[in-house]
Amino acid sequence: MTPSESYISIRNVGKKFGDFEAIESISMDIREGEFFSLLGASGCGKTTLLRMLAGFETPTRGDILIDGQQMNDVPPFERPVNMVFQSYAIFPHMNVRDNIGYGLRRLKLPRAKRNDMIDEMLELVQLQGYGDRRSDALSGGQRQRIALARALILKPKVLLLDEPLGALDKRLREQMQVELRRLQRSVGITFVFVTHDQEEALTLSDRIAVMSGGKVLQVDTPDGLYERPRTREVAGFIGSMNFIEGKVLSRVNGHATLGLSAFGEIQVDAKQIGFVEGEAVPLAIRPEKIELLKEPSEGAVPGSLELKSYHGERSYFQVRVDGCDDLVSVSTQNAGRAKLRALEEGAAVWLKWRDDAFIVLDKN
Amino acid sequence: MSDVSYIRRPNRVLTVYAYIFLIVLYLPVLSIPLFAFNDSIYVRFPLQGFTTQWFVQLWERESLWDALGNSLRVGFFVAALSTALGVLAARAITRTRLPGQSAIVAFVMLPIVMPGIIFGVALLVLLSRIGIPLSLYTVTLGHMIVCLPFAIATLLPRFEGFDKSMEEASADLGENGWFTFWRVTFPIVLPGIVASLLLTFTISFDEVIMAFFLTGTEPTLPMYIWSQLRFPREFPSVLALSTIILFVSFIMVFAALYIGRMGLQKNDR
Repeated sequence: MTPSESYISIRNVGKKFGDFEAIESISMDIREGEFFSLLGASGCGKTTLLRMLAGFETPTRGDILIDGQQMNDVPPFERPVNMVFQSYAIFPHMNVRDNIGYGLRRLKLPRAKRNDMIDEMLELVQLQGYGDRRSDALSGGQRQRIALARALILKPKVLLLDEPLGALDKRLREQMQVELRRLQRSVGITFVFVTHDQEEALTLSDRIAVMSGGKVLQVDTPDGLYERPRTREVAGFIGSMNFIEGKVLSRVNGHATLGLSAFGEIQVDAKQIGFVEGEAVPLAIRPEKIELLKEPSEGAVPGSLELKSYHGERSYFQVRVDGCDDLVSVSTQNAGRAKLRALEEGAAVWLKWRDDAFIVLDKN
Repeated sequence: MSDVSYIRRPNRVLTVYAYIFLIVLYLPVLSIPLFAFNDSIYVRFPLQGFTTQWFVQLWERESLWDALGNSLRVGFFVAALSTALGVLAARAITRTRLPGQSAIVAFVMLPIVMPGIIFGVALLVLLSRIGIPLSLYTVTLGHMIVCLPFAIATLLPRFEGFDKSMEEASADLGENGWFTFWRVTFPIVLPGIVASLLLTFTISFDEVIMAFFLTGTEPTLPMYIWSQLRFPREFPSVLALSTIILFVSFIMVFAALYIGRMGLQKNDR
């Protein structure tokens, strides 16, 4: 069986709470076995969408299908999905084993079989020997593992995760990210992961849906989102970005020449998009794709260093360019670039880039 | 510099006030056990000497045992019913969005502040209109009105204090509403249920006003005590009985408060 391209199919789904439209209309497909993230700031509708997949909220309109099965009227306890809650929702009156085996009651398995399944799960989440612990005497990381084991033991078609790493401290979070990725690979279950942390989404996911104001802005792979964001909103949400307005000067043979006022002219591919002469085009460029020079060079734009900040592996430089209102952000890797770091604020610098480092954004 | 924080500094005035408050509150009550062991049928100082004869007299009184039985029966029913209804109400209040919810809650809680005599008269009028004879059932009904708000007030914090995603998690793991209640909700709110049972039983057991209006031929214990007050010779044994009731009530209310608080802090991490 080949993995299905639309294992979870979300078709024109909308959700209203009274007058408040939490989700306008979303259509997208999630593939079988992929690690799919819903990324957005709080209140963007990502959790509402996840809860509709779980069955805790009913869509006001549209359809949700999982593995070809219509889900709209299926109650949560009959859906082939399981969820890891933000608060983990570990049952405080049960020990670790009983928590993990909670969903097995309905399967009416012999005791030995049940115990084997629970042992297997304890091993999978590396909690061997913790089975008889009281569940309220565990750390955040351990509670999270139990929540995972409790959901995975039922072999769901889809595992839903609602910001499961949000309550953990940074070190533990990074460790759990690696573990979550390993776990997803080894069980092969489709994960739908909700997060507001763009870095987390980039590291973990096969694909990410960036959400804002109840809409999906873009669905893409992590590097697709980073390298080819389609709108200013997506570009600004993931990583840092310089935004520059360009103007179409001419268009010849599928190439367009854009004028960037203070930044000179650049050539871009204009095959598919209809560039019209005289039209304004929104452009973006990542700070690390701009080269920072101490001496003038052919085609480099002069500016003055306004601010520098040291971020460990990278340094960020804010450069003032004449004729441009915004400071230009440039970042350099701190590998043997001590000379650049030694630059004084106020020093004259030159900026250089390759034309194809510029991303042409959709006009809003 | 003090080694305790500003708000935790010992406050002598408050401490003295607290002691005076407790003495004023409980000194009159303490006179009851005091005179219950006094070897005289008159309640006055000086004390005449120690005796347990009033307690022995109680033992031999048939009608008292009947009244006690009536009170226990009413108490058990009232406790069970008002706690069961309280669980349903507390769940509805915390888990669903009702229109006009705060008004509903206010009305449910009203009997706590409404004079019992009003409810008593109202129920008496209503029952006699409908033609229902007064009996222990009508007393039970009256006690339910008094006890239900206390049951809800005891249970609400338990329901508010636990994460509703626990119930969602149970549904997510395949259990329907019925099993979710018995496997997750009930065990988590159990201390609240026990506290509510103890509290409502105690309230019903001590209640006089409703019982006064709604008792038929079978008196509850407080009604029996009330009727005995007319006979001066019986007074010391009434004191003895009151001593026992006082003692048991104290234990039950403390148990209810203790159990009700058990695990509350633990749950909300």
